[in-house]
Amino acid sequence: MTDIKIPFTRRKLLKMMLAAPVAASGVLGTSTAFGKPATSVINTTGLAVTDDTVKCGILHSLTGTMAISETGSVEAETLAIEQINAMGGILGRKIEIILEDGASDWPTFAERARKLLRQDNVASIMGCWTSASRKAVLPVLERQNGLLYYPTFYEGLEQSPNVIYTGQEATQQILASLDWLWNEKGIRTFYLVGSDYIWPRTSMKIARIHIEQVLGGQVVGEDYAPLGHTSFGSLINRIRLRRPDAIFAAVVGGSNVAFFRQLNSAGLNGKTQTLLSLATTEDEVLGIGGENVEGFFSSMKYFQSLDNENNIAFVKAFKERWGDDSVIGDVTQAAYLGPWLWKEACERAGSFDVAKVTAASPGIQLTTAPEGFVEVHPNHHLWSKTRIGERRRDGQADVVWESDLIEPNPFPEGYQ
Amino acid sequence: MSYTLPKILEKRGLPGLLILAFVILVFVPLTMDVDGINLTGRFLSFAFVAVGLSLAWGYGGMLSLGQGLFFGIGGYAMAMYLKLEASTPEATRIQSTPGIPDFMDWNQITALPWFWVPFNSLTFTVLAILILPALVAALIGFALFTRRVTGVFFAIITQALVTIATILVIGQQGYTGGVNGITDLRTLKGWDIHSDSALVTLYYVNGVLLLAVIALGMWVLSTKYGRILMATRDQENRIRFSGYNVAYFKVFIFALSAFMSGIGGAMFTLQVGFMSPSIIGIIPSIEFVIFAAVGGRLSLLGAVYGTLLVTYARNLFAEAYPELWLFLIGGIFIAVVMFAPYGLAGLYEKYVKRRWNAFLASRGWKRPNGSDDDALKSQLMDAKPASEASK
Amino acid sequence: MAIAAMQGFAGLSFFSVLLLMALGLAIIFGQMRVINMAHGEFMVIGAYTTYMLSVQASAMAPWASEYYILLAIPAAFLTAFIAGMVIEVVMIRHLYHRPLDTLLATWGLALIMQQGFRTFFGAREVSPSTPSWLEGSWRPTDMIDIPLNGMAIMLLTLLVTLGVVWLMYRSRWGLRVRATMASRDMSMAVGINTRWVDRLTFALGCGLAGIAGAAFTMISSTGPTSGTLYIVDTFLVVVFGGAGSITGTVVSAFLIAQGQSILEFFLGSSMAKVTTLLVIIGILMLRPEGLFKSKVRR
Repeated sequence: MTDIKIPFTRRKLLKMMLAAPVAASGVLGTSTAFGKPATSVINTTGLAVTDDTVKCGILHSLTGTMAISETGSVEAETLAIEQINAMGGILGRKIEIILEDGASDWPTFAERARKLLRQDNVASIMGCWTSASRKAVLPVLERQNGLLYYPTFYEGLEQSPNVIYTGQEATQQILASLDWLWNEKGIRTFYLVGSDYIWPRTSMKIARIHIEQVLGGQVVGEDYAPLGHTSFGSLINRIRLRRPDAIFAAVVGGSNVAFFRQLNSAGLNGKTQTLLSLATTEDEVLGIGGENVEGFFSSMKYFQSLDNENNIAFVKAFKERWGDDSVIGDVTQAAYLGPWLWKEACERAGSFDVAKVTAASPGIQLTTAPEGFVEVHPNHHLWSKTRIGERRRDGQADVVWESDLIEPNPFPEGYQ
Repeated sequence: MSYTLPKILEKRGLPGLLILAFVILVFVPLTMDVDGINLTGRFLSFAFVAVGLSLAWGYGGMLSLGQGLFFGIGGYAMAMYLKLEASTPEATRIQSTPGIPDFMDWNQITALPWFWVPFNSLTFTVLAILILPALVAALIGFALFTRRVTGVFFAIITQALVTIATILVIGQQGYTGGVNGITDLRTLKGWDIHSDSALVTLYYVNGVLLLAVIALGMWVLSTKYGRILMATRDQENRIRFSGYNVAYFKVFIFALSAFMSGIGGAMFTLQVGFMSPSIIGIIPSIEFVIFAAVGGRLSLLGAVYGTLLVTYARNLFAEAYPELWLFLIGGIFIAVVMFAPYGLAGLYEKYVKRRWNAFLASRGWKRPNGSDDDALKSQLMDAKPASEASK
Repeated sequence: MAIAAMQGFAGLSFFSVLLLMALGLAIIFGQMRVINMAHGEFMVIGAYTTYMLSVQASAMAPWASEYYILLAIPAAFLTAFIAGMVIEVVMIRHLYHRPLDTLLATWGLALIMQQGFRTFFGAREVSPSTPSWLEGSWRPTDMIDIPLNGMAIMLLTLLVTLGVVWLMYRSRWGLRVRATMASRDMSMAVGINTRWVDRLTFALGCGLAGIAGAAFTMISSTGPTSGTLYIVDTFLVVVFGGAGSITGTVVSAFLIAQGQSILEFFLGSSMAKVTTLLVIIGILMLRPEGLFKSKVRR
């Protein structure tokens, strides 16, 4: 919006400006770019690809209320891109990052996505965090034929050809952890608690069906607190009244801190109560305080404490790049996968064209992921493992159980 | 001093309105590309609310921290219609109940709720957008103003109302789309609202409606009615003792401001392609007040410029200096309230117009409007706002 | 039975939280008619003061980390008090008699303060450590758990309320405050330095917010935007109680807390909140100046 041009002719202008170098480099490309495919071959849709660079957008909230959560994702994506560049980039092109701020405002997300796709012609976008921001960006992606790598674990019920979902959808996170509670912990009665919005409600719906119809257990209560709620006294009493074997929680944000602090002071702690949370990553524990979650369980696909070569290298690199005191949560790791999956897909497709890249994506396997092995499913979600972590006082988690690879199923039959 | 205001107002309107019309309808489309036009259109949809606020707050003395409610009613009404159009049985055939909006299907709702059904009709939707916000505001206003709820109490109650609305919209996601809002709106009577030509057309519709709304506001203020309104703001009891039923005047103006906000909401939905509770909450509702304050609470035109200034500044500055942005915007609000209580319009009166007139006078040109009023107005704008606590 | 006891306690505990939040605002709004939208941010000042002391304590003198909270509460008061005084001098004193304008200006102030916290302390939430003697619960019987930190907050609220009541209604300074608010001109005529009265009253209100913030680190989140979680509730308590009366604030905090926590027990949090808000609005329509009208004729 800073540059001022005449309407309608602007796109034509842009096209002309783009067409000239592309045509020129096409000629040069074949003769000069050794070992690299020619630009005219790998970019047939007018993306911002030159002989040496390719543009990639990062679209997260850098300001506003969501900035706290999304910063980790920006850092992880930047790190991955820098590492890829150090290895020579994608198809011989260094990735050029264009960072845009969604400002925790969904219309702004949509507008910035359109800017990235129409003005910058980025070949892919790493971004979005909340479902609301993704829903706002989705029509833009579909219309402009963009490609988004979305890192957050979310409620599912979506499968766009223009999005690769690198976090878990609800069933992956929930079913395995309920089975674990049932089999390993002997839990028979559950109390479901969440913040009052779509992700917890969808998750709890799936959980309830699984508990009641598959496991044959009992849901003794289900409660939702408005976002930003800070007094959980009554809710905790409701839980105590029903005496569940386990609390199954999906409380988020500032409420999360209040919920766990007040649970602990009401005498419900890791020693006296089994609790499994879907929304407590290492990031959140910083604010909650380790002493308030000690002994509680989290269900995630990734914990910072995972003991494998990939993860040790990743944590080391992350801390070198972003400081020793950084913590890495589930979403941060999922965000780190985005650029790597994109690289694999482009190389497999031999092109940056979005249609070819998405067509080449299913079946891509990443053995270098910090969480271990992942594979892209034809439904654009990832096969991944679910892990149960038991929180320690220092906020890290001991992984006490690990599932097999779980097939992503964003539209679970029988759970809707 | 209030007796001079209406006199000024009758004469202030037309040239300013024409300039604004030029800016919106000619300048912006000529200098921006389609994305810029769409962005400006989105910001201008907020200006409807700011104009309404400048009426209710600046002239009526009713500071509403709940205008998001009315913006939301208009926006959601439009979104419901568009969502129903987008949810044809063919487009939603993978659902367990085809033909209803996708989020309902996810929430095990198997039939369209009764209050959604009328929104199948465009006529009903348009009427709802025009009437519903005003009706709700009239009910709220009637309940509050006949009980003589004023000032801060009114502000806090409207804020509580918008809190309730947000909690309900987010909580009842099966009926409202929840925190994600109503998304993926595509066509209006088969007309693709995302195409470049549609965005430009919508921008013009938005601009013309905004100008019409401002003209309506100016006309209301120029009637006897507007004078009573301002007199009420300054000396409510005196007007009451003069035999007027003050409450009804306030109800009307509050409903008028809600009517404007509702149109803005509907235009927002059309231009952005979705509607969500984050746009109607407490913080956006306060931001609407900020727009009006920066523009000048006594200037309907100023409200538009204030909206554009703040939103554009945020868009450009927040991106470049995210760290500094909140310092800057916070500082602007404080500065405006402390040093320029009449906002941009006041500054314009104080510095630009006075100099311009002096310049004209020095050249021996006299403005046909007569400068008595201008001088009075400048004087007014210099003064601090009337003591609100002294009534 | 045990649940009823605990539910009663939950209500009381919520009451003390609301009251502690609202006291400072009740003074500022009730006595001075200033609408301080940055009240939540002054609470956050208190919270960060506590956090810094907690960090210092565990770094410099580990034995002290059990007791730092005792120091943190006066420290939080003092920090917020000083901050409040500065704000009064720079900004608020120019805005007396324009209550709706103070609302806007302090909202700008709130934005600035939020960004300030973010710049100095980082965007992430922090967690001041809870001393172990305040952690967990007191169990008079097997069935009953009474949160220790809840009791601590109740005790603190009681002390602070008594202090405020004494200060406002029993001390000479309180007399001066009330005199100034009743008639500024007369007070000046009898030799009261009303400028200092204003300044100290505003600073006192902010200081009380600081205490609340320090206490709430035990039960809630501490981050740059934590203050925004409280502001709506706080205003409702003060407005519902009727400006200008400490009694009104106490009664209103009690009614809202008990009402909401009982409703929450039966309806769940979202509907409880909506119902409470609607009832408050309804009552405010019947009593437009709040439960306890201020006796001053304006």
